[in-house]
Amino acid sequence: MTQRHDQRTAWLMLLPALTIVLGAIGYPLVRTLYLSFTDARLTAFNVTPAWIWFQNYVAALTNPSFQASAVRTAYFVIVNIGLELILGLLVALLLNQAFKGRAFIRALLIVPMALPTVVNAIMWRWIYNPEFGALNALLTQLHLLNEYRSYLGDPDIAMNMIILADVWKNYPIVALVALSALQLIPLELYEASSLDGASVWHQFWKITLPSIIPALTVVIVLRTIEAVKVFDIIYVMTRGGPADSTRTLSFEVYQEAFSKLQAGSGAAYAYIVVLISAVLIALYIVLLRRQEKIS
Amino acid sequence: MKHQGFTMSTATLRPKQKKRVSLKARQTRALNAFLIYGAVALFVIATLAPVVWLFISSVSSNSDLTDLPLRWLPNKLDLSRYAALLQPGGAGAEFLAAMRNSLVITLGATFLSIMVAIPAAYSFSRSKGIRGNLLYAVLATYMVPPVALVLPLYSLLSALHLLNTTFGLALVYCTILTPFTTWLLKTNFDAVPLEIEESAQIDGLNRWAVLYRIVIPLALPGLSTAVVWAILLGWDEFFYALIFTSNVNAKTLPIAIADFAAGRAVDYGLICAAGALAAVPPLIIGFLLQKGLMSGLTSGSVKG
Repeated sequence: MTQRHDQRTAWLMLLPALTIVLGAIGYPLVRTLYLSFTDARLTAFNVTPAWIWFQNYVAALTNPSFQASAVRTAYFVIVNIGLELILGLLVALLLNQAFKGRAFIRALLIVPMALPTVVNAIMWRWIYNPEFGALNALLTQLHLLNEYRSYLGDPDIAMNMIILADVWKNYPIVALVALSALQLIPLELYEASSLDGASVWHQFWKITLPSIIPALTVVIVLRTIEAVKVFDIIYVMTRGGPADSTRTLSFEVYQEAFSKLQAGSGAAYAYIVVLISAVLIALYIVLLRRQEKIS
Repeated sequence: MKHQGFTMSTATLRPKQKKRVSLKARQTRALNAFLIYGAVALFVIATLAPVVWLFISSVSSNSDLTDLPLRWLPNKLDLSRYAALLQPGGAGAEFLAAMRNSLVITLGATFLSIMVAIPAAYSFSRSKGIRGNLLYAVLATYMVPPVALVLPLYSLLSALHLLNTTFGLALVYCTILTPFTTWLLKTNFDAVPLEIEESAQIDGLNRWAVLYRIVIPLALPGLSTAVVWAILLGWDEFFYALIFTSNVNAKTLPIAIADFAAGRAVDYGLICAAGALAAVPPLIIGFLLQKGLMSGLTSGSVKG
């Protein structure tokens, strides 16, 4: 009796949250799926759109602009996450060493993390400014650069410059997770292997890395999910330019739906992004469940 | 290393050799310290320089900012941008309205989300029948790309006449904050020992009373973590705000700053000042609640 009563209370407690999740996420997700099979336009919500099956998807996947955006997004994600992993690991190893003022220095990782994405974007845009930017000034004053050049205005390097700005803001997440995993490694493991005459390099590969890989994997998958969605930093820094060189998938969806007002094909674009994300989200959850079981 | 083996075997040379080894060890240690402090210095510069430059630019006059070659410190302190942004009228009107909207929307969405996340997280944490797949489904919704929800949410808000309102945007932000805070709180409630609750239940308290009188007071640090993360996420949101707001009625700070930066007559100092002001609240919160920030970060990845 009390068991059943408890069960009812448990569901009652879930009700408000489930209402939000189903109403504001579940319903829109299904509705977008429906729209993606229609020729709906954003300006004509009262008109019942025609059902056109997979035409939007076929159009999207055969559209060279969409394909190029997919390739650009893949480039952004791979380079970005690769750099975040390497930098995060290096900084975590550094901040795990003994040195004066360590607690304070570690806390500095919060600065890029807490800085709003848009503020990060305008800050780097100003640093990259071709006429008055600090980067040009620094490089020429160090004699590394002969004359001022353009960064975000150059289609060849604009994407790399955005990646640099994004990595600066987001690698601390990887570093902090790696650092807290490093602190959980028992010191005895190192002492024992030192007695066996193992080199520092050997210890890194045999003790350090295996101990932090589970935590690193999870945070890297999480960061990948975020990177696939990238929109705001690009919107503020280049708006997808120059010459579309920084147009990513989210940008493609945004323009299709809200500039061209093609709700139907915009929804199909969005669902392709959802499918890519779904694979990563599933991977994330599998990894998380595995960790839960271990602990 | 090889040296050491040699000294071990020749006992007579031991004291002298030992001294030499310790000198060498000291040298290695000094070199290590040098490398570590060098790397730390590099880290500090790379982390702080961009932010310091943002601040310096915000207090430099336009002539100092556009002077070539660039001098790194301005001739005189120019606080006119801060004055302009914090005074009603002109750029200040837009900025202050955006600051107000950001505060209302972020705090409103945080409050709403925490209110519904507390019972949900407790339920997930304690009820074996419900735990499991549903929890992970809720977590997954937090990661769904906003582009997949934005079109139906747009028509929904439009039908409810909530487009370009702070309330409408706060509701939309709950789609991000509710699943996330539910997950964070659930891991925190898991850490509250069951025995205390059981004895309270024997004393006749029902589930709700147990939650509010016993579990929440014990999980307060976790609650503050969830609040901090919700505020940071809400303050940072851009995509929904860009699409669902159109003027001072509901435009948030990120959108106002993006607008400043996109204007034709660009005042770099003004943009930097707006950015610096927008960065102050999350930076203060981040530093004050460092520990909470960390545990929030790791609970999704490291089980500590």
